[in-house]
Amino acid sequence: MIRRFLVLAVLLAAGPALAAGPDLGAVQQQATNWPAIGMFLFFVLFTLGITYKAAMGSKSAADFYAAGGGISAGTNSLAIAGDYMSAASFLGISGLVYTSGFDGLIYSTGFLVGWPIVLFLIAERLRNLGKFTFADVASFRLDQTAIRIISATGTLVVVAFYLIAQMVGAGKLIQLLFGLPYLYAVVLVGILMIVYVAFGGMKATTWVQVIKACLLLGGATFMAGAVLYRYGFNPETLFAKAVEVHPKGDAIMAPGGLVSNPVEAISLGVGLMFGTAGLPHILMRFFTVSDAQAARKSVFYATGLIGYFYILTFIIGFGGIALLMSDPDYFKLGAGGTFDKLKDMVGGTNMVAVNLANAVAGPYFLGFISAVAFATILAVVAGLTLAGASAVSHDLYAQVIARGRTTEAAEVRLSKLSAVVIGIVAIALGYIFENQNVAFMVGLAFSVAASCNFPVLAMSILWRGTTTWGALSGGLVGLVAAVVMVVLSKAVWVTTLGNAAPIFPYDNPALFSMPLAFATIWIVSLLDRSRRAARERAAFEAQYVRSETGIGASAAHAH
Amino acid sequence: MSRGTTVGAAGTQPAPAAPRPARADTGSAIGRIAHSPQFRQLVAERTRFGWILTGLMLVVYFGFIGLIAFDKALLAVKVGSTSSLGLVLGVGVILFAFILTGIYVGRANTRYDALSADLKRSLGQ
Repeated sequence: MIRRFLVLAVLLAAGPALAAGPDLGAVQQQATNWPAIGMFLFFVLFTLGITYKAAMGSKSAADFYAAGGGISAGTNSLAIAGDYMSAASFLGISGLVYTSGFDGLIYSTGFLVGWPIVLFLIAERLRNLGKFTFADVASFRLDQTAIRIISATGTLVVVAFYLIAQMVGAGKLIQLLFGLPYLYAVVLVGILMIVYVAFGGMKATTWVQVIKACLLLGGATFMAGAVLYRYGFNPETLFAKAVEVHPKGDAIMAPGGLVSNPVEAISLGVGLMFGTAGLPHILMRFFTVSDAQAARKSVFYATGLIGYFYILTFIIGFGGIALLMSDPDYFKLGAGGTFDKLKDMVGGTNMVAVNLANAVAGPYFLGFISAVAFATILAVVAGLTLAGASAVSHDLYAQVIARGRTTEAAEVRLSKLSAVVIGIVAIALGYIFENQNVAFMVGLAFSVAASCNFPVLAMSILWRGTTTWGALSGGLVGLVAAVVMVVLSKAVWVTTLGNAAPIFPYDNPALFSMPLAFATIWIVSLLDRSRRAARERAAFEAQYVRSETGIGASAAHAH
Repeated sequence: MSRGTTVGAAGTQPAPAAPRPARADTGSAIGRIAHSPQFRQLVAERTRFGWILTGLMLVVYFGFIGLIAFDKALLAVKVGSTSSLGLVLGVGVILFAFILTGIYVGRANTRYDALSADLKRSLGQ
């Protein structure tokens, strides 16, 4: 059951990496799919055109990091939703619903409920205090060097694990969808993300994300609609048909084995909920809007879009059961034409949505959905790369190494260079990890975000008593605890390193590592009697006024 | 204001990392805002409301997870011809999260923005 959690965790965030679960070996290259490649090329050309336009219009650092602060709430909500709806959510959750029914919904809810928390506690204050990265906010009244180092480290660790999962997933998915070799796929993704980020900055990254979100929502809406149409738009008829053909029968309508260990389930929930509020590529989107009102509205719309999307994936999963399960065309047949409905799907269970596209609307729609899945990965890795590059140039270089004595042009140049380096590293990692089980990496990224980035951010904004020493030590403790607990868990200690039994009994550390980080920040800050600490507590009032009212907030417009 | 303000400010100067601005003026202006009744009311109301909604979300979500962990049979109860209570509750959690954000945004757009505008008017901004 723990293993299933792991697989799920990957699915959700990394989508394609889901293939990394038990059926990693089942990924085989498919026949070259020309309609899909054609549609994908169209997407690439179109987005490169947008990148070119964005590059022409991007002059200042505010343009590069925050799209000049000129993104509207509606557009930003699509970009946020785009960042969040990875190929994993789409393919992974629909595949999970296909095999387990109701249990797929547990994941959907877990991924959604972080958003209200982001809205109620973080979004507006973040916009009022920050400029380009969340480290701007955390270091507002604390020591620039120490806080930027811990924030940038947290950012880069999250980005690295997320990127590895996405790159490996991209390679596998493209093998399946387009029939291209793994290495080509990884190099292609790496180069495109470098181009989007290095040339187009936040403007291009945002628009790529918005277009992809519209395509994905449109495609999923059409597919769910086509499924419901077959059942007279009556979900009960669809469910009845699904129960009739599914090997588990009526059990798919009720909770199965996914949550049998409450501690594990709650720990997963904590990681998903608060990790969302610490993901650097999500947090940076709040700096692209003009003010706190726009930040607030973008979260509201994004929550609606993401929730709608998860409901669609649920219908798609049930549609897969009802329409594909009794059709041998979609299965690898064993001796005598028999097949296992849950394991033998062509391309693996993660291909439910793709195969269903073919079943409801034919090969061109299949090509469209494949192209959308690839575009989804591309857009998500571009966002991650920009978050990583901003941490390197804006936090580490400008504030820590150059101590603020640099020019904006030099900072942006370094950011573009970082994007190139991150892209190359991502290609290399994608290649190295091709045959590794990367399933734990997305879960690890969420855990680190919940245990390092979120506590540092939340405590520096919300608690007057937070000092540099407290934030630094708490962030470090959370980061190390999350990583160590994952390494000692079954996913790495047993599955990857080959030891007999896990030392840490749960797959998701957030329930333990996050409170540990908060407690450390609290205790160390209380014990901190330095003069700097006194100054920092005294400086809280100014930060507080600005975070609550936006008076004095950076407009982010550079022109 | 404090340093954060100046970080890469408005795309012109390199951000000075070192000195905390001396702020006899700003300091007292901040103090005036912080102690003004409008500011206190805005912050007290909004903070309280934010934490209440956060608590509601936590209770609903972890309640749902708790039911799944401890009372699977209840969630298997049929509410339609095929659909189960669990299904309805799961979709309900998603809708609840969305509605909760809507409630917050609705209140913020009217009540808190108005309080905020009051505050700024009283400061002559």
